[in-house]
Amino acid sequence: MKQFEPLTRKSDEKPVRYLIVDDSVFARKSLARLVESFGGELAGEASDGVSAIAEYERTKPDIVLMDITMPQMEGIEAVERIVQEHPEARIVMVSSVGYQDNILAALQKGARHFVQKPVKPDALYEIIRYVLNDDAVTASAGTKELPQ
Amino acid sequence: MRMDLIQPFIGSLDAVLAEMMQSPVTIADLSMEEQGYQRKGTAAVVAFRGQIEGRMILDMDPAAASFVVGQLGEEPSDPSEPIVLEAVAEIANMVIGNAITQLNDRGFEFKVLPPAFLTEEQCAKAGQDSEATILRFETAKGSVYLNIAMHYLARRNHERVPAAVS
Repeated sequence: MKQFEPLTRKSDEKPVRYLIVDDSVFARKSLARLVESFGGELAGEASDGVSAIAEYERTKPDIVLMDITMPQMEGIEAVERIVQEHPEARIVMVSSVGYQDNILAALQKGARHFVQKPVKPDALYEIIRYVLNDDAVTASAGTKELPQ
Repeated sequence: MRMDLIQPFIGSLDAVLAEMMQSPVTIADLSMEEQGYQRKGTAAVVAFRGQIEGRMILDMDPAAASFVVGQLGEEPSDPSEPIVLEAVAEIANMVIGNAITQLNDRGFEFKVLPPAFLTEEQCAKAGQDSEATILRFETAKGSVYLNIAMHYLARRNHERVPAAVS
């Protein structure tokens, strides 16, 4: 697997800590390997929106990679609840379904970006770098220039 | 079956496989089938409901499925291991997600049900319900089969606007 120049936190130059949320074990393992190749650390994993909220509270990750379609609570609702409590949360949606409505809803609830599966490593790396450097408290779809 | 509705699934599988198998992919064979479908390896089915209804079976040769899992650093000894099933289900999810995104952009609305694994017997039954289009994709690591059956229920929203009558 390609190794990327490690992404670090702006505040202390330590490795970026990730929370990966997806109901597919395969998807979680794939994303975990990918973020390791970015020099990151896996802070936690969750398989649905409810446990994602709990894991966020427990681990306070730098980046959340969040699926949309999941049992119990979908990703967009989980984003809303996390951002309500933690407006600084940096959440990137990672989903195979790229409906405009879904993307807009996620961004309006506070997600910082959207990546469609299958994830291209270079694209995700650039997006995470962008999100880490984006100091805006809330995302606003349509007013930001997002990397493709 | 309307090819314009199947095309997004073909394009989507082509793109997903190219990314997952890290090698070029070609369509080696296309056939229609009304009898039961014979499973070739590890198979997952995803059903969809709405203006288009049907189901898609993704069936991967053991070698192809093992290659995908091998990229996680795991070496499955059996194609029925949970991680292999998970991999095939996730690929099926990606294929259908990308396909319905394209169809949604064209005005179709529908809901996708969670993927389910198919035993040989279930596969044979799944093939008996309607005429299916079966495509065999050839990758460097083995064959992948897309078995798709669907019917078109309703007109798209913009087609429902009544024509002006003078």
